[in-house]
Amino acid sequence: MADPIIQMKDIQKHFGSVIALAGVSVDVFPGECHCLLGDNGAGKSTFIKTMSGVHKPTSGEIIFEGQPLDFADPRDAMAAGIATVHQHLSMIPLMSVSRNFFMGNEPMKKIAGISFFDHDYANRVTMEEMRKMGINLRGPDQAVGTLSGGERQTVAIARAVHFGAKVLILDEPTSALGVRQTANVLATIDTVRKQGIAVVFITHNVRHAMAVGDRFTVLNRGQTLGTAVRGEITPEELQDMMAGGQEMVKLEGSLGGTV
Amino acid sequence: MADTTDERIKEISPLRRALIRPELGGMVGTVAVFTLFALFAFDSGMFNSQGVMNWSIVSAQFMIIAVGACLLMIAGEFDLSVGSMIGFAGMMIAVFGVVLAWPMWIAILITFVICCALGALNGWIVVRTGLPSFIVTLAFLFILRGFTIYIPQTIERKTIIGGIRDAAEGDWLAPIFGGKIGQPIFQWLGDMGVIGVFERGTRAGEPVVDGIPMLIVWAIALIIFGHILLTRTRFGNWIFAAGGDAEAARNSGVPVNKVKVLMFMFTAFCATVFAVCQVMEFGSAGADRGLLKEFEAIIAVVIGGALLTGGYGSVIGAALGALIFGVVQQGLFFAGVESSLFRVFLGVILLFAVILNTYIRRIITGER
Repeated sequence: MADPIIQMKDIQKHFGSVIALAGVSVDVFPGECHCLLGDNGAGKSTFIKTMSGVHKPTSGEIIFEGQPLDFADPRDAMAAGIATVHQHLSMIPLMSVSRNFFMGNEPMKKIAGISFFDHDYANRVTMEEMRKMGINLRGPDQAVGTLSGGERQTVAIARAVHFGAKVLILDEPTSALGVRQTANVLATIDTVRKQGIAVVFITHNVRHAMAVGDRFTVLNRGQTLGTAVRGEITPEELQDMMAGGQEMVKLEGSLGGTV
Repeated sequence: MADTTDERIKEISPLRRALIRPELGGMVGTVAVFTLFALFAFDSGMFNSQGVMNWSIVSAQFMIIAVGACLLMIAGEFDLSVGSMIGFAGMMIAVFGVVLAWPMWIAILITFVICCALGALNGWIVVRTGLPSFIVTLAFLFILRGFTIYIPQTIERKTIIGGIRDAAEGDWLAPIFGGKIGQPIFQWLGDMGVIGVFERGTRAGEPVVDGIPMLIVWAIALIIFGHILLTRTRFGNWIFAAGGDAEAARNSGVPVNKVKVLMFMFTAFCATVFAVCQVMEFGSAGADRGLLKEFEAIIAVVIGGALLTGGYGSVIGAALGALIFGVVQQGLFFAGVESSLFRVFLGVILLFAVILNTYIRRIITGER
């Protein structure tokens, strides 16, 4: 396998007296979908925020493309090619798809020495990229608010890919979606992975993880319980690791099936 | 692939498509207002050269402050200190230009600098503290109005300072706010009998309306500037983004705080333009100038289709809202309607506009 694109080595993050991450190590390779699983409060969010430059680790090392790195803020991380797609906070419903798509990266054209927003280019590229992802827009001026939750996630992913993401962090992209929409987003993840982009897929749904994941890392109470490769682990084992075993078995017994 | 359409997306009718344009309300309102007054007040002199100039000037005043309020509202904030800023700016010009007797162009420039800095302070407090701009600018409404009364009382023992027209005599910058353009055209129109001319007196033969006041030129220039900035530039996209969802915009790398502070400064700039034009026209600065202008600006913007919650609106719409405002205010006067009814009309149209806008937002965002 090729070298990992990003290595997180023994990352610790403390907030005051709270230890959010107690030494987490994860390698992510280009073209893989690395699932990061964990229950609420396991430290998933803190971990990806450290990866994307929002938080600085208290100790530990991040190595990106073989170089140790130190991001000052998320814009640095974005410029380097680490893009995060947040569950809710990526798209602006009142704005058109093409305005959203180029938000923060507006294409410019010069007319008489003054820079203007190049709407023709933005509209053309947006329609193209959306078609590639299998979304048919009425037009580039359609408001994002009229898209379904799954389509919005797809637009956000397509945007990150278009602007050269090498590592794509997806923060619970499927947690608020219906079955059909989830399937669409998972298919999008698959498309992206095949382009050689490393996908870090955060979820607490084992079935979604098993559907597209190549490797699985489970976080529990700020620690990793190891990384497993696809085929070496069953969904039940993952579920147990996430929940911390014992109590879950009892619960499942009383509920009569897999939660 | 390119030809397949999603069977679940219904074709939207052209009517619905037109409905989601923010300017629609303003356009319909403008047509309705002109139709009404043409029917009921055509012979009142409202549509001769003097009458047109009368409501044009009033509308232009509303437009100048509406452009600033519009961009700020789309960026997700309010400025309730606009009216006080107008009074304050006018007073500053009088203090620098008349009391201190500095050259008028220096007085005007310094006033612009002070007012834009105050706008920046407004914005800075809002983005730093995260408090609603409603409260922060409400504080400035009182602070600035207080100073506007205190300063002339302390140094001149009165609340109106006159003599600005004399002080501005021969100045190069003052005519850009207080002058008129197009006099030869109006003289020609008068000679041709298209517009009315004075019949008697020292100005016999001169047209009643002898030029376009710079106030109107400023209004049109600011509308064009605001419209292009909002719809055709990168910064315009940032204005929409900052007001639509500040957090999402930040996640995409939009400098939201900078955008908001700049919009507060632009609003203050517009208020100052209004103030300078006004003191040049009146020749004096008064401590009560600009009272309630902040609300009139906001009403014009809302009639123009902008959402109070930010992220959506149009400068053209706001300008049309200001036009409706001005035409109705002056038109009721021409039509001989009791002027207090204007307020009733204003309240009713504001309510309608807000309800319509809320409905339109539901259409855009697809929620039902």
